[in-house]
Amino acid sequence: MTETHGTVSAAPAVRPTRRATYEARVRRRSTTVAALSTAAVLLAVVVLVPMAPGWEAVKRSFFDAEVFARTFPGLLNAFLLDIAIFAWCAPLIALTGLAIALCRDVRSPALFPLRMFGAVYTDIFRGLPVILVVYLIGFGIPGLGLPRPWNSPYIWGSLALILVYSAYVAEVIRSGIDSIHQSQRSAAASLGLSEADTMRYVVLPQALRNVMPANMNLLIALQKDVALLSFIGPVEIFRQAGVYKSLMANFTPYVGAALIFLAITIPATRYADYLLNRQRRRQR
Amino acid sequence: MTGKLSLRGVRKSFGDTEVIRGIDLDVGEGEMVCLIGASGSGKSTLLRCINLLEPVDDGTIRLDGVDIAEPGLDPRPVRRRIGIVFQSYNLFPHMTAAENAMLAPRRVHGRDRAALMGPVTALFRRFGLADRMDHYPDQLSGGQQQRVAIIRALAMEPEIMLFDEITSALDPELVGEVLDVLRQLHRDGMTMILATHEMGFARELADKVCFLDGGVILEQGPPSSLFSAPSQQRTRAFLSRVL
Amino acid sequence: MKIVTSAITIACLAATGALAADHGACAAGKTLEEGMLTIATGNPAFYPWVLNDAPESGEGFEAAVAYAIAEAMGFAPEQVQWVRTSFDEAIQPGAKNFDFNMQQYSITEDRDRMVDFSLPYYSSAMAVLTTEGVVEETGATPEIAGMKDLRWGAMAGTTAMPILMDLIAPNSDPLLYGDNADVTAAMQAGQIDAALFDLPTALYLSAVVVDGGKILGQFPADRTESPDQFGLLMEEGSPLKECVDAAMTELTESGTLAAIEAQWLQDATGVPVIQ
Repeated sequence: MTETHGTVSAAPAVRPTRRATYEARVRRRSTTVAALSTAAVLLAVVVLVPMAPGWEAVKRSFFDAEVFARTFPGLLNAFLLDIAIFAWCAPLIALTGLAIALCRDVRSPALFPLRMFGAVYTDIFRGLPVILVVYLIGFGIPGLGLPRPWNSPYIWGSLALILVYSAYVAEVIRSGIDSIHQSQRSAAASLGLSEADTMRYVVLPQALRNVMPANMNLLIALQKDVALLSFIGPVEIFRQAGVYKSLMANFTPYVGAALIFLAITIPATRYADYLLNRQRRRQR
Repeated sequence: MTGKLSLRGVRKSFGDTEVIRGIDLDVGEGEMVCLIGASGSGKSTLLRCINLLEPVDDGTIRLDGVDIAEPGLDPRPVRRRIGIVFQSYNLFPHMTAAENAMLAPRRVHGRDRAALMGPVTALFRRFGLADRMDHYPDQLSGGQQQRVAIIRALAMEPEIMLFDEITSALDPELVGEVLDVLRQLHRDGMTMILATHEMGFARELADKVCFLDGGVILEQGPPSSLFSAPSQQRTRAFLSRVL
Repeated sequence: MKIVTSAITIACLAATGALAADHGACAAGKTLEEGMLTIATGNPAFYPWVLNDAPESGEGFEAAVAYAIAEAMGFAPEQVQWVRTSFDEAIQPGAKNFDFNMQQYSITEDRDRMVDFSLPYYSSAMAVLTTEGVVEETGATPEIAGMKDLRWGAMAGTTAMPILMDLIAPNSDPLLYGDNADVTAAMQAGQIDAALFDLPTALYLSAVVVDGGKILGQFPADRTESPDQFGLLMEEGSPLKECVDAAMTELTESGTLAAIEAQWLQDATGVPVIQ
């Protein structure tokens, strides 16, 4: 009796259920279809593009192996400057963005000017093209007659990036703060926590975690916009590629620069997507 | 007799809607008062007013004889003395159960984590959650979360506890464990006000039951008389619907 | 006698006509538009290469050279039309919208692999632009040793950068800019002390654009191993190249090119040579 019972209950574990068999079959078929269609598209690109009449000229201008080999080390070297600018801007952007977001959340009437400042700040800097701010601040402020090294384009160009990006980050953080349900603030208040403590220990940790993926996307955009500093002098990768392009009358250095950017931004984008998905799963 | 808490003529409006329309209520030390009534009768709002989460428009609320409904008064010292537990738990999801309980004592009373560990652990043990202290809220069942919320309020060592329909969001089989906590608190002499739909529980343990209707206390008295011989027609109608 | 003279005159006229026809024949069927020569310049085109950004006037060195070449190739002034391109448009693969492009393109071996250049029409000296303030402060003189410590700038798209590294090898990395205006803005903001330009551009900037601008000195055209020479840029394998080169040779040998240079770039003399 016991033995019979055991056999019956063990059966499903040994033999796949009808549904499992069906789903496995469907999965196999979709994998095959996906593989075939990908192969077809790749084949079409590889075969058809070189058949275009201008392909030879394009290949020489954009995919010249010799130019690539000559310029790539220099591009990598110039990219170090991009990384350095990014590295000192990102933390400052995070801090400024947080400060501005908090300015916009103050409720005390005495601090109304702060709140207004926060609103004006984000409106202005989100409303301007980054390159314009880089020019205005990068040439304008040093033009007031600051002594060296305080007129460095690195300082003022970075400031321009910090101003613009912190405005975006502030808006993202603010939306994160708004997304925290009022009941969390009530719960904190009911325990006697001050407004500041409520923000610091209850609202902000949750808000920042919620907006992590959005901020990752801003970081990726920043990584690319660092190149805008080249307009006011610094020779980072974009400018270096432009110099090579001019000297050799060949666009291949841009392709090299693009590859270097992608090597950084694609993993970062994948990571941001991963964070976003994980968050969606958690909220479900 | 003034008692621990005493409300006189309390009023509260949201916009043009007057939700609390003149409530008088006395709660003695160690008493358990149950507020019953239909949804929207003002039970929750009344509790939130007592805790000063909602500013009172008019009337007085005396705690140990001191009026705490005085406009402009700093609400925070009062909230430290009156704990509240919500229907939807409202635990802080980014903190473990133990951190939830310790946050307010640390920030408000300035105690350090080590000093709090003893009493907080004792609370968790007392309510059967000693093995859940390091769990995050989303790893706990509804009943466990609600018990953590109660522990979090108790960790501030309040003099009065308010409970706002704390079993309404729970699956029926989890209601019992939370009611057991309330029983235990009542036995230990905590002064408590409950907004509740658990009529059996109110009948069993309440010192006083108040029937709220349209923002006023239509009828109040010991459960024995209110449940078996309500004097008001509307009370009778309500009880016949829920019992 | 009279008849003989007439005969000679007629013969000469015929020869001249034949010559002109010969040039016309050279370019025939090789231009974008039959009977028209399409020349590209920058947007905007700068003094002293083109005056008032109006190449149609024939005023300015490059505008004048352009019409001279056109004439030598058998195009009347009204058969010349102008278009504007950036450097990138000039070198991008695909059909071009000009017969040749003329905006101080330095002829280099690397570029020559991708595009065609005519014979040079100008050999440019490079000059150091700075300000009187910098000279006062640093005591800079036209000597390379004293220039290494200056903060240098240059235009990114030009050969100034490699020349700068070759000749001066400054101690700090130069800053590079997209156009003249940005270089001068950086100079005025005190972010750079000096910049390297071709001499005519440097003269213009110091005289007109930069407050207190000063030319510290020039590197003569023959100072570098390969002198900086400007050529007309054409599509790689352009059939027009031999006609353009023939015209250029003719202009050079007849002294016309030198005359045009003397007319429009005469200021370029009298600048101290850097030691």
